Amino acid sequence: MSTRRAAVVGGNRIPFARADGPYAQASNQDMLTAALDGLIARFGLQDERLGEVAAGAVLKHSKDFNLTRESVLGSRLAASTPAYDVQQACGTGLETTLLVANKIALGQVESGIAGGVDTVSDAPIAVNEDLRQVLLSVNRARSLGGRLKALGGLRPGQLKPAIPRNFEPRTGLSMGEHAAITAVEWEVTRAAQDELTLASHRNLAAAYDRGFFTDLVTPFRKLARDQNLRPDTSLEKLAKLKPVFGRGPDATMTAGNSTPLSDGAASVLLATDEWAAERNLPVLAHVVDGETAAVDYVHGDRRADGLLMAPVYAVPRLLERNKLTLQDFDFYEIHEAFASTVLATLAAWEDASFCRDRLGLPDALGSIDRSRLNVNGSSLAAGHPFAATGGRIVATLAKLLHEKGSGRGLISICAAGGQGVVAILEAA
Amino acid sequence: MSDKYLNLVNSPAGKAVASRVGLPRPAVLRRYRPGAPLLPGPALASNAGVAKGLDIEVRDADDGENRWAALLYDATDAAAVSDLVPLREFFAGTLRRLASSGRVVVLGRSPAGTDPAVDATRQALDGIVRSLGKELRAGATANLVLVDGDASPESALRFLLSGRSAYVDGQTIRVGPGVAPTEDPARPLDGKVALVTGAARGIGAAIAEVLARDGARVVVADLPMAGERLAEVANRIGGTTLQLDIAGPEAPATLLGHLGERHGGVDIVVHNAGITRDKLLANMKPEQWDSVLAVNLESQLRINTALLGSTVLHDGARVVCLASTSGIAGNRGQTNYAASKAGVIGMVRSYASAFARRDATINAIAPGFIDTDMTHAMPFATREVARRLNSLQQAGLPVDVAETAAWLSSPSAGGVNGQVVRVCGQNLVGA
Repeated sequence: MSTRRAAVVGGNRIPFARADGPYAQASNQDMLTAALDGLIARFGLQDERLGEVAAGAVLKHSKDFNLTRESVLGSRLAASTPAYDVQQACGTGLETTLLVANKIALGQVESGIAGGVDTVSDAPIAVNEDLRQVLLSVNRARSLGGRLKALGGLRPGQLKPAIPRNFEPRTGLSMGEHAAITAVEWEVTRAAQDELTLASHRNLAAAYDRGFFTDLVTPFRKLARDQNLRPDTSLEKLAKLKPVFGRGPDATMTAGNSTPLSDGAASVLLATDEWAAERNLPVLAHVVDGETAAVDYVHGDRRADGLLMAPVYAVPRLLERNKLTLQDFDFYEIHEAFASTVLATLAAWEDASFCRDRLGLPDALGSIDRSRLNVNGSSLAAGHPFAATGGRIVATLAKLLHEKGSGRGLISICAAGGQGVVAILEAA
Repeated sequence: MSDKYLNLVNSPAGKAVASRVGLPRPAVLRRYRPGAPLLPGPALASNAGVAKGLDIEVRDADDGENRWAALLYDATDAAAVSDLVPLREFFAGTLRRLASSGRVVVLGRSPAGTDPAVDATRQALDGIVRSLGKELRAGATANLVLVDGDASPESALRFLLSGRSAYVDGQTIRVGPGVAPTEDPARPLDGKVALVTGAARGIGAAIAEVLARDGARVVVADLPMAGERLAEVANRIGGTTLQLDIAGPEAPATLLGHLGERHGGVDIVVHNAGITRDKLLANMKPEQWDSVLAVNLESQLRINTALLGSTVLHDGARVVCLASTSGIAGNRGQTNYAASKAGVIGMVRSYASAFARRDATINAIAPGFIDTDMTHAMPFATREVARRLNSLQQAGLPVDVAETAAWLSSPSAGGVNGQVVRVCGQNLVGA
């Protein structure tokens, strides 16, 4: 069976907002529908039946079991467009891109939309686990007496709601605390983190100023730019922030060099070259390949198996399959969950003994040209609505490659659960 | 936004009170609905030949009883002042029986500069029609069509008789020799690609909707900041969005690139985007002056010049530029705005011959008082007074401007070039 490369036609996202900010009253469905409708409007997809729409959210209400399908029904796409939800933590947006691209490659669909959305403002709040058990017992009881007896299990303490928290169930540590361990293990300095943070803000601000995002972003609820963007931040301002993750003199991670909790949605239009040509739509880039890895952050090595280190393992496997070296890229899009995560990832690839021992390579993967890293900013500046980040990065990189007219780019996204999704795009 | 006064005086009680105490009695205007007949009743014409090609019932003799949906008078042969007498007689006997939202259209010819008596007679028609417009009631309008040589007035007549011209009153439209292909009156813009700037809201959104209704594939453009509403407009009409600051240095290149690559060129361009920064001239800051001139005028000049020099603009294209009655009559606190809008009028006149060489046209529309978010922000009393200061005694709607833009964009309007059509209900200022 022959395969074909999926084309990235374009993307659309809403500006990312800080938690409890302008999107505080917006649901995941509101935001995903807005991202889809902006994409539909940009490319004239009204009443079009696409092959599929794949998207998801990390923080999701149980009522949103069919979030993506409901968003499609609320959008201007043809109601005959199928859709499904995917959840792979922060890897969701890139994983959906790979899923749709693979179906296109196999000839199963001609077009599709990948994406993701997240809100921490409109987070689902569950009832206390004890209360839930009592209520389920009441529901199961067959007689009035049985119900009353079950209700007798109610206690005042059960009124405390269970609010979702950003922590790993198996370690009890927050993602930031995990990242702080990795930062210490890889000796990532505060200064290096703040420099990367500053570059993210400056690059994102410059990209907005030169109009890079005019055909990638559609305003939502009066927000026209990412709310977290601080064009005027400086090393001095960043240096003043107190560490929020880690302990003692080794604590280097601040609210500045960590991503804020965010709300937002992103989408990417994928298709075959022919589908795009029939509609006079551009092909910005092609999806070449993708790889997903996972690490045992629960039992593994403190240094080598950090929670957000999985991309370190995924990238060499992807490179080998595609006969490429780490230096064969014009752009590197490494998701900035934390500045320290990016720097630890780069440090690992530069470490010869790590690369030999853990990646099975003859030597270090090597360093990258840092001027090619996150050239239009990344999550530290834009914010990071978990499942929306992949779509933001795919569309941004595809447009960068289109502007350059040649070359390829590497995407690396770390995710909760010790997972990592990476991919290669090539200019069309 | 509804005109509460208009609704009130059209209720039985309101009507009785308003007529006794002599208050203005604005009528509910007949507006275009797809599929509706061109005229709701028969027309009386001084010469049945003038209605050639129009799907209407025309009679050339008055029975003294019929109520006429339109009165058409052909004065193209009028050459002496005495030739106006039959015109007076024609209207004197019939005006009282002109139906609600009736139409008076006089056909004449432009003064030629050769014979003073002929020119005086021809110019006299202008005074007659403008005065008639002010005398008519119940939503009726009067307009003059000046026919050059053997050009066909059919397209202008179809527009002026229909509900599309509901708020066009007291206007003179000159029809010249331009190439004017025929079209399907139900879908005159079928297969055309149109660009509308400033389309996220108000008049621009209405223009986009009407162009799409008439068959065009519409690209709606507006500032990136207005993108959310722009996407709503595009999704409502099946069009596509282009987020763009038309005053930006790269806007013409971006526009041409987008229209060429995505749509294979463009047939209709409506320059609607505009801003106001009102201040008395003595108090006006340089940036208030500069931004209004840059957005309202300079962007149009740069884009039109780029279009003219490019094959992205298809031959036979139609360009419509939004001017304003402020640019004709002037307005206190609007030297910058009036400069830009008067400039637009000068611009279309100057461009006309260059566009004609490509069988294309360029015209301006000068809206009067139109109910939009902008006018809704005016103080109540000011708005109520401003609404009544025209022959139709009411504000126009965005759709009225849009219908005129759609007509000027239609293939059959090829004879209309370098002109200004006011959509102002015959506003009492600015003639």
